[in-house]
Amino acid sequence: MISELPLPEIDEYTKEYWAGCKRHELLAQRCKDCSRLRFPPRPMCPDCSSWNAEWTKLSGKGRIFSWTVCHPPVLKAFEEKAPYHVVLVEMEEGTRLISNMVDCANDEIEMNMPVEVVFEEVAEDVSLPRFKRAGR
Amino acid sequence: MDNPIKNKTAIVGIGQSEFSKRIGRSELILGLEVTKAAVEEAGLRTQDIDAIILNDMQDDNQLAFARNLGCRDMKFWSGVGWGGGAVCGMMAQAAMAITCGMAETVMVLRSRHRGPKENRPWAHTQARVQGPWAFEVPYGCIRPSDQIAMFVRRHMYLYGTTSLQYGAIAVAHRKHATTNPAAMMRKPITLEDHQSSRMISEPLHLLDCGLETDGASCAIITSAERAKSLKQKPVYITAAVQACGPEPSLMSYWYRPEELGLHARYAAKRLWPMAGITTSDIDVAMIYDVFTPLIVFQLEEYGFCKAGEGGPFVEGGRIEWPDGDLPVNTHGGSLSEAYVHGMNHVFEAVKQLRGTAINQVKDAEVVMVTSGPPVPTSAMILRR
Repeated sequence: MISELPLPEIDEYTKEYWAGCKRHELLAQRCKDCSRLRFPPRPMCPDCSSWNAEWTKLSGKGRIFSWTVCHPPVLKAFEEKAPYHVVLVEMEEGTRLISNMVDCANDEIEMNMPVEVVFEEVAEDVSLPRFKRAGR
Repeated sequence: MDNPIKNKTAIVGIGQSEFSKRIGRSELILGLEVTKAAVEEAGLRTQDIDAIILNDMQDDNQLAFARNLGCRDMKFWSGVGWGGGAVCGMMAQAAMAITCGMAETVMVLRSRHRGPKENRPWAHTQARVQGPWAFEVPYGCIRPSDQIAMFVRRHMYLYGTTSLQYGAIAVAHRKHATTNPAAMMRKPITLEDHQSSRMISEPLHLLDCGLETDGASCAIITSAERAKSLKQKPVYITAAVQACGPEPSLMSYWYRPEELGLHARYAAKRLWPMAGITTSDIDVAMIYDVFTPLIVFQLEEYGFCKAGEGGPFVEGGRIEWPDGDLPVNTHGGSLSEAYVHGMNHVFEAVKQLRGTAINQVKDAEVVMVTSGPPVPTSAMILRR
């Protein structure tokens, strides 16, 4: 079992997303032909089959759509934090992201709680978008 | 709906291993044992097998099985994804292959070395994660229980479903397992036991989660015509579907813009018209149950009740044998018998329709079987 925090493999489809995170910008692909958001990133639009897309900056604002609190057994990198939470955030633009809160205890998370993105450096090439309570 | 496979094929042999945390025999050996048992029960020889359909997570491929079983003239083979969603799809492909004249004697197998702790797929998480999981695993959303918990909490929020209702499912499954000598977990449990069992992925308790099992189960399928001359009472495949809705991925079911939903709703749209029956025709249901809430979600998606009514549906012994309106997983399911990706649900369905189940539903004629719904899924209707 790995002991370090598992990180995303940055590939040709996701490199712009992760580069955006390094700049503290939350990006998503938007189809240049039909405007549909594509997340997770991919080469083709599932609505209009277009190859054309641009990277658009999301507002970073959303609300808690669901969450869980994970208890052992967990991966080694999470053992010290356990029980730790994972949230599912619905962004204003409609896409949903799995993430964590940076300013909430496990029992402070509530359904529909407004949140906004923050970025945390976890490796030289990776900053993870995480969330804090909005307006704080 | 036109249904060319309707009752054209039949399950004529079944074989199943013992179940435990560590059997100590390989997936290949376990698989060969249960295949041999299933074939011999049918009155056939392993050399008669001309098609092999495996779950694509199997350690060994079709050729390894064919070399051992002595298949000499293979006509069809496939490996069906994805994990727990595959089993009824494997049965669907068997029915298709036979009905189309592609093959005559098909084996459908899931053999699994999953009991020991080190064999949990999540324990093999790599330092760099590929695909959609790259957006989830770094945050600690890693285990299937973590992933399904998102929908579980959402369902509780939207409909007021309670952990006690999930507990009623755990209790019912355990009740069924207490009389089943093959079951891994036979000690009765109460709702209090469920509530006091430790948390795994809140709101899921330990007793909401399926078992981890070494074990194997096989079914042999042939044409309905040929089944008449074989040793066992045939169990006919009436309808079988595979289904995968939009934005598919493994367990990450939350990228669809709609309210959370599972692939089961896409299976349901075709399963009932294909079978030409309704939910009220089902005498006993084998519903994929690696987490208790999956029963609630599927009762809704397959139309046994309306959205949001799955929680109340399972209360008061309604899914319990022998007195419940809809006995579910009379063997104890993945929660209390064994977790072999639901292949043991097919075994139990056949027993029910032969009239030889331990918790036999009186005069059972029609059984529904489903596969895992948070991944591309499948379902089928069997009858005697």
